[in-house]
Amino acid sequence: MKTDDLIAMLSTNVEQVNRRRLVQIVAAAIAIGAALVIAAVFVVLGIRPDLMKTGALAFLFLKLVFTLTVLVPASVFLIRLARPGGERKARVALLVLPFVGIIVLAAVSLAFTPSSHWATVALGDQWIECLLSIPIIAIVPFAVIVWAVRQTAPTDLTRAGALAGLVAGTVSAIGYALHCTDDSLPFIALWYGGTIALCTFAGAKLGPRLLRW
Amino acid sequence: MIANEAELKALMLASLNGDAAAHRSLLNQLSGRLRAYYRGKLSRLGRGATEAEDLVQEALIAIHTRRHTYDPSEPLTPWVHAIARYKLIDHLRQTRASMADAPIDEADEVLAQDDHIGVESAYDIHRLLNQLPEKMRRAIQAVKLDGLSVGETATRYGVTESAVKVSVHRGLKALAASIAREKKA
Repeated sequence: MKTDDLIAMLSTNVEQVNRRRLVQIVAAAIAIGAALVIAAVFVVLGIRPDLMKTGALAFLFLKLVFTLTVLVPASVFLIRLARPGGERKARVALLVLPFVGIIVLAAVSLAFTPSSHWATVALGDQWIECLLSIPIIAIVPFAVIVWAVRQTAPTDLTRAGALAGLVAGTVSAIGYALHCTDDSLPFIALWYGGTIALCTFAGAKLGPRLLRW
Repeated sequence: MIANEAELKALMLASLNGDAAAHRSLLNQLSGRLRAYYRGKLSRLGRGATEAEDLVQEALIAIHTRRHTYDPSEPLTPWVHAIARYKLIDHLRQTRASMADAPIDEADEVLAQDDHIGVESAYDIHRLLNQLPEKMRRAIQAVKLDGLSVGETATRYGVTESAVKVSVHRGLKALAASIAREKKA
């Protein structure tokens, strides 16, 4: 094939391009993923029964603050990484800050707890459920986000995959927080932070295979 | 006469607005730069001009089908360079060259030189088209090769206009994918 023929073909009937399509498509995928997660938590796991008690609400709020401080910048960076060359403009290392924050809070809270209680506080009642639920639920938003990012053109597939995993894990953690009755800072740091990090790692490993174009 | 960043960006913005002449002129300009870029990179690895032309065409299809990923508030050169380099590395990976061979380069390099002496790539467009699903093949044939309007094509095949647009878009992506598959084989 001659390149001139290809150019002639590509230049025939050129459609106008919606310049906001990339942002719309990725943002919509995150929103749809979040809606699916919340629906799944409602139907499969159920909302925590003590939700209206002050302590429960305070901890739900804390879990949401932690997850949202990850989700918002992670979504912004994911949109940047979806563009060719976007890796130059996404300082993804900043995303460890919320994790450092929750670990510091957890350490402070442990310092005020007798060491004989540390295991109870850190493991809670349902650590296995949390460890399994967040990554499993995250598969749904991850699939939707990967589908969306495949419509774009990321050029650093490992980082774009990691960010897709991070956003999916965080969205999943938000949903799981509606169900979870384990209220302690060390629990949030360990099982929320840990599972979200796990999702990020899985995304980084899957990115080069799933996002290739 | 080599157009600069500002002229190329103006062409890109016009092309995003659906200006076919600007789009053709942009792809023409970029093809010369891409050819010089890929020939330079590949000749250092002892590879031929046909291979460079394959890459030029792959990059042009990518620039065309992914042009919605360009952010108009940014300069055009880094965007083109990122696509060109991505396609180069992907190509080297698929053709089993060592990653250590991937040359270090700078964004400016992609538009630094111009080479308009094209050779033919190894792909035969009609053979590739025939591998596509019927709906995509006939949409590309009508809209992109025969030059029918989207409306005329829609009427001819009794489908909606947006279905034609989707078929063309998916078809071009599928074309790029079958080029990539062919390389692996």
